[in-house]
Amino acid sequence: MTTATAIFPNPLRWALGLWRDQKHRGTIIQIMALVALLLFIGIIIRNTAINLQALGLEIGYDFLTEPANYDINQHLIDYNSLSSHLRATAVGVINTALVSVCGIILATVIGLFAGILRLSKNWLVNRIMYAYVEFGRNVPVLLQILLFHALIIHTLPHPRASLSPMDGVFLSNRGFYVPQPVLEPAAWAILAALVIAAALAWWFAGHAKRVQENTGRHYPVFTINAALIIGLPLLAFFLAGRPIGLDFPQLKGFNYQGGMVLRPEFTALWFALSFYAGAYIAELVRAGILAINRGQTEAAYSLGLKPNWTMRLVILPQAMRVMVPPLISQYLGLIKDSSLAIVIGYMDIVATIGGISLNQTGRALECMSITLFIYLSISLGVSTVMNWYNRRVSLVER
Amino acid sequence: MSAQEKSMSVSDEMMIEMNGVHKWYGQFHVLKNINLTVKRGERIVICGPSGSGKSTLIRCINRLEEHQQGEIIVEGTELTGNLKHIEQIRREVGMVFQHFNLFPHLTVMENCTLAPIWVRHMPKQEAEEVAMNYLRQVQIPEQAEKFPGQLSGGQQQRAAIARSLCMRPKVMLFDEPTSALDPEMIKEVLDIMIELARDGMTMICVTHEMGFAKTVANRVIFMDDGEIIEQNEPEEFFANPKNERTQLFLSQILQH
Amino acid sequence: MKTVQQQYEVGRHPDLPPPLVERGVVKWVRDNFFSDATSIVLTAVALYFLYKVVPPFVEWAFVDAVWNADHRNECRARGEGACWAVLRARIAQFTYGYYPAHLYWRVNTAFVLLFVALAPLLFEHVPGRRYLLWFSLAYPVLAFFLLWGGLGLEPVESAKFGGFLLTIVIGVTGIVGSLPLGILLALGRRSRLLIVHTISMVFIEFVRGVPLITLLFIASTLLNYFLPPGTYFDLLLRVLIMVTLFASAYLAEVIRGGLAGIPKGQFEAADSLGLGYWKSMRLIILPQALHISIPNIVNTFISLYKDTTLVVIVGLADPLGISRATLADSKWQGLSTEIYIAIAVFFFVSCFAMSRYSLYLEKKLHTGH
Ligand SMILES: Nc1ncnc2c1ncn2[C@@H]1O[C@H](COP(=O)(O)OP(=O)(O)OP(=O)(O)O)[C@@H](O)[C@H]1O
Ligand SMILES: [Mg+2]
Repeated sequence: MTTATAIFPNPLRWALGLWRDQKHRGTIIQIMALVALLLFIGIIIRNTAINLQALGLEIGYDFLTEPANYDINQHLIDYNSLSSHLRATAVGVINTALVSVCGIILATVIGLFAGILRLSKNWLVNRIMYAYVEFGRNVPVLLQILLFHALIIHTLPHPRASLSPMDGVFLSNRGFYVPQPVLEPAAWAILAALVIAAALAWWFAGHAKRVQENTGRHYPVFTINAALIIGLPLLAFFLAGRPIGLDFPQLKGFNYQGGMVLRPEFTALWFALSFYAGAYIAELVRAGILAINRGQTEAAYSLGLKPNWTMRLVILPQAMRVMVPPLISQYLGLIKDSSLAIVIGYMDIVATIGGISLNQTGRALECMSITLFIYLSISLGVSTVMNWYNRRVSLVER
Repeated sequence: MSAQEKSMSVSDEMMIEMNGVHKWYGQFHVLKNINLTVKRGERIVICGPSGSGKSTLIRCINRLEEHQQGEIIVEGTELTGNLKHIEQIRREVGMVFQHFNLFPHLTVMENCTLAPIWVRHMPKQEAEEVAMNYLRQVQIPEQAEKFPGQLSGGQQQRAAIARSLCMRPKVMLFDEPTSALDPEMIKEVLDIMIELARDGMTMICVTHEMGFAKTVANRVIFMDDGEIIEQNEPEEFFANPKNERTQLFLSQILQH
Repeated sequence: MKTVQQQYEVGRHPDLPPPLVERGVVKWVRDNFFSDATSIVLTAVALYFLYKVVPPFVEWAFVDAVWNADHRNECRARGEGACWAVLRARIAQFTYGYYPAHLYWRVNTAFVLLFVALAPLLFEHVPGRRYLLWFSLAYPVLAFFLLWGGLGLEPVESAKFGGFLLTIVIGVTGIVGSLPLGILLALGRRSRLLIVHTISMVFIEFVRGVPLITLLFIASTLLNYFLPPGTYFDLLLRVLIMVTLFASAYLAEVIRGGLAGIPKGQFEAADSLGLGYWKSMRLIILPQALHISIPNIVNTFISLYKDTTLVVIVGLADPLGISRATLADSKWQGLSTEIYIAIAVFFFVSCFAMSRYSLYLEKKLHTGH
């Protein structure tokens, strides 16, 4: 009996033996997972194929070159309803990018302010910022977008009666009208001055560093460079005979002509996203600064470093390490949240290719895949940057 | 160090003077009528039970804590709210902390050159030479390019001492520099401090290392409950403590 | 600052009160409002801001507000304040959606029982915790029959669900449904088996890389393509599936964080006991990992709960969906500010309470170890 099983091993026992062996078990699980995954994908593809056939549809991206047949009120590149779906997508991507970049800037400013004020010893300011942070974080961002939109639409007056806090600035429920800069040919001089100023500033910063390393002398680099970058273009502006004019908006009929307009949808989305993300960023800033041990400040002080130098040389470099990774996730979150634009009719990626194009062509699979692809590329790009940063600044530990 | 050797370096020049200093944390009276003078070259050891206000006392000397009554004069400059004076005094007074407080994002060398470059406006190369000298003195020249996180506790504390010395301070304050260290590392730090004392550095040191106190101190101060209870030369202090609280404290400490 | 010092014997100095400027209200006011120039400016700006914002808001929301009216014009006729009457008129819809009124008791019962089921999970010292845990396990089934009917209860179709009922159904289903999947994904991502690791990672990164709204669009437009011909899921079910998948990716990362927080010694100890992978995970590692992740699981739930508002975009009747319907009604047109503020207050109160709870857990966790 025993010899028989030894010579002709029972296949079940053999399989059981493989399963009991740690290394083989791993391989078996892997193969099973792979098979399950392939099976799953296969079934979905088959189902989709059958369903599409039943509907008489075929997968194809040719429709992208066909006319989109819908209007987009905010487009930074040429667009009209005869433009293609591809162009509509591009407009959507640009609109998403615009509101995201503006939102990231404003959210960072708000977050920095609120975070620092939240650490203030001033009781009143501290409480107000606390209220802001808690409100911002505990109310859904979609609701905040709708609230800002409702506030603009319902509490601001009609264009005819619009508020004008400054000359040429009109706030109404049709949007915020502001003067638009008009460049005359000589305006290139200003741009040139700016480029020169930047180059000079860059050189001066390097020079100051070398001087300091060699002689120990300190120049007020920040002040001088700020003066350069602001002063030189300003000088050029006057020397070239003020080549930048302003086109003021003017009331014609029921609406304004000329100038630049921030549409209510854009403004509401921009403010709401910044307000929401700003609350989270404020907490990050606060946590980042609090994470730095008091001993660091004390050590710097006891070496004779002044408070502002202590902040710049000791606290901020350390706080940045703590703050930047979650900050970048917040930015990514803001970009993703900008997809809620659709509820107030701001034409971003989701509203164009993932929304109207999809509904008009009925090509759900194609449109959704494009939308997902765009967002995934953004996310992947951002997380690559983040990993790179993390690897660069991670503290060396024993 | 012999008694003679100890008193040799002491001059008559007054380095630190505290007259009737009081301090409160909120309602809590931490320092009560502190009167203390330290001459150039003098080495003072402060001991006392936990919570008696030793740290608070030396932290008042470089204004990491603010006192509310009385006067503190360091090198002829009185400590008030005047920021100029505070900075001036902090440049001349070095401090070593219990938990080292090295800057973790900078190498040991950068830790040492940071203040000389930004406060003393020293050229970088010179600052590095000075730093290297002191790192040699504390016997960790080979660690210069490492980050604090890569060093042992004893090495970190020695780096912190070197960092303070790089500002060429006239007084050094030590707040329990060895109490966060493993026993085998305590000696390497104490040796450095004894060496400093030999070189004539004015020192105020909060510590419970009584051997160290006997070797280098000109005076030992006993604090309890915010007050200076007793101060004396180490021989007298350990042999015949006058106050019964001192006796009690010493008996507890020397038991170990 | 020389003052006449009274002399005390050495060691007998009494505790004195601090000088007057360091005491009481004077000190508090000085420290909090006027400690330096910046602080004075901040105080002034803050006071001005409050003066500009608070009185007008109070006037609008309370003093001039109308609480009782049959339609918007009646409100407007009575003043410029907020027209809260709309909420009174629509409160049932905001709470239950279009759920049949005579069956509200079933929703209420399910809601109350939810807390009974949660209690043993959230608090350690609940009397009879061991028996209650069995109830928690049975609760999803119970709630399903209570809400959708069946087993002799009158059936209610998903399309009737709405209001905060829908918010809570989606939030709770999402988090409960995503727990098992989230745990598997977390283990998968930590696994040394390359294929398992890759599948988990790709899934997690994909879901976290796209906005929830695109996943909801997939649910509403694409999911039916993927199913075998002839099957049909109603929209709510499709949304629930997507929300669960969405939450599981985020939860997986939270649990992975919890697993990373467990000392290596624990894994080694489990190995040395000769427990297999699954047993050591189930008995030793996961209980600890889940325990330290609870605050973050609660935070994930809060985000998910806030994100349920997105379902309005695919046409479900959550509170925002109800407000759309209300605003489309000519009787209540244009009252969006009032409605949105009310919904915001509701979300604020519930999310704030939950985030306090998660903070409390976190503190307890830190002091407990
Ligand atoms: N920032 C602070 N706020 C309030 N009370 C404080 C503060 N710092 C210290 N104290 C209190 O003041 C007293 C003296 O503190 P201090 O740190 O000076 O004591 P110590 O003698 O150095 O004690 P140890 O030997 O434990 O370091 C203690 O009772 C402490 O609780
Ligand atoms: Mg102390």
